[in-house]
Amino acid sequence: MTTRFMEIAVGLFVVIGGAALFVLAMSVSNFGSISSKEGYYLTAYFENIGGLKVRSAITVSGVRVGQISDIVFDPERLQAKVTLRVDLRHNYFSSDTAASIYTAGLLGEQYIALEPGAEDDTLSNGDEIEFTQSAVVLEEIISKFISNASSG
Amino acid sequence: MLDWLQNVGQKGLNVVESLGRSALFFIGVLEGIGVALIRFRLTLREIHSVGVLSLVIIAVSGLFVGMVLGLQGYVNFAKFNAEESLGIFVALSLVRELGPVVTGLLYAGRAGSALTAEIGLMKTTEQLASMEMMAVDPIRRIIAPRFLAGIISMPLLAAIFSAVGILGGYFVGVGLLGVDSGSYWSQMQANVDFSSDIINGVIKSVVFGIACNWIALYEGYDAIPTAEGVSRATTKTVVRSALAILALDFVLTALMFSDI
Repeated sequence: MTTRFMEIAVGLFVVIGGAALFVLAMSVSNFGSISSKEGYYLTAYFENIGGLKVRSAITVSGVRVGQISDIVFDPERLQAKVTLRVDLRHNYFSSDTAASIYTAGLLGEQYIALEPGAEDDTLSNGDEIEFTQSAVVLEEIISKFISNASSG
Repeated sequence: MLDWLQNVGQKGLNVVESLGRSALFFIGVLEGIGVALIRFRLTLREIHSVGVLSLVIIAVSGLFVGMVLGLQGYVNFAKFNAEESLGIFVALSLVRELGPVVTGLLYAGRAGSALTAEIGLMKTTEQLASMEMMAVDPIRRIIAPRFLAGIISMPLLAAIFSAVGILGGYFVGVGLLGVDSGSYWSQMQANVDFSSDIINGVIKSVVFGIACNWIALYEGYDAIPTAEGVSRATTKTVVRSALAILALDFVLTALMFSDI
């Protein structure tokens, strides 16, 4: 009887430990959100990506629709090439959609905001977003402001 | 002067000798693990004594550590209006560092010392020697199941510690201090990566489990077979396990997280 009790206790222990790992995987980390949704890839070229990183968010009207999957420098166009991974259920963006790099809050992380246009054609896997707006670099604005103030 | 030199040399040789003996012991235990897997009932009993019986102290400590993190995090994040980041702070500190490390330290105190005392007493009362007389290898019959049980228990205990701690941080942060519940979880999910954070935390706890059990079992097996010897071995187990865990944690953190 005591052996049986001990075996049940060990079984419960393993179940609780497994459940804790499952909770950590599914509701604490991004594991659940990555593997469950399929996505398609778009590219966009930016003059300056600022502090954008791989896995940064892509939003439309503030709603998260995907994440950055790759950032490289394109030596031919001399621009940063950003690959966007958008969830497959958001496949309705028009071909004249614009992508801008914004900052969440004053000191927050940078993300890409998409603004849908008016065309009937939609973007599909591998397409390029033509209308892009680079990240705002604070130093540039400040130096412009200073030069305006000193000349005016 | 010559006496002193001889003394230093003697001490140095002793250290190297005991290192060598513990490495040979480790290899012997690894060879015995196959037997421990086949006769899993022996291992099961040890999982009960090192894992199940440590469950309460691990869960309660995890809860309090999580609550302290929630409180401290809130007080400091509130200074620059970043209370939403509380979830990331609690989850990352628990999953990456505090979960494996504090679990390891508690395990060394709760289970490691008991293992050393048990094995040491077996040696003192000549149970190990009488096993050898009956052609039963004590490393396979006694040590290997305990070693395997520790390695199985440790990651489970660390996962329970982290999960309970995140809930504790939730109680304090969201329940008492009024952080938004949605941003607590969503910020956490957006910033905790499965492979680089959760899996690395599990790897850490497995490494700590190996180190802790190796030290505890070796100290017991190598104890001087007297009452004083066993008590000294128990102390050594706790001290050396704690040092090994903290040092290994630094090395593992440098390997795993230095590029982030």
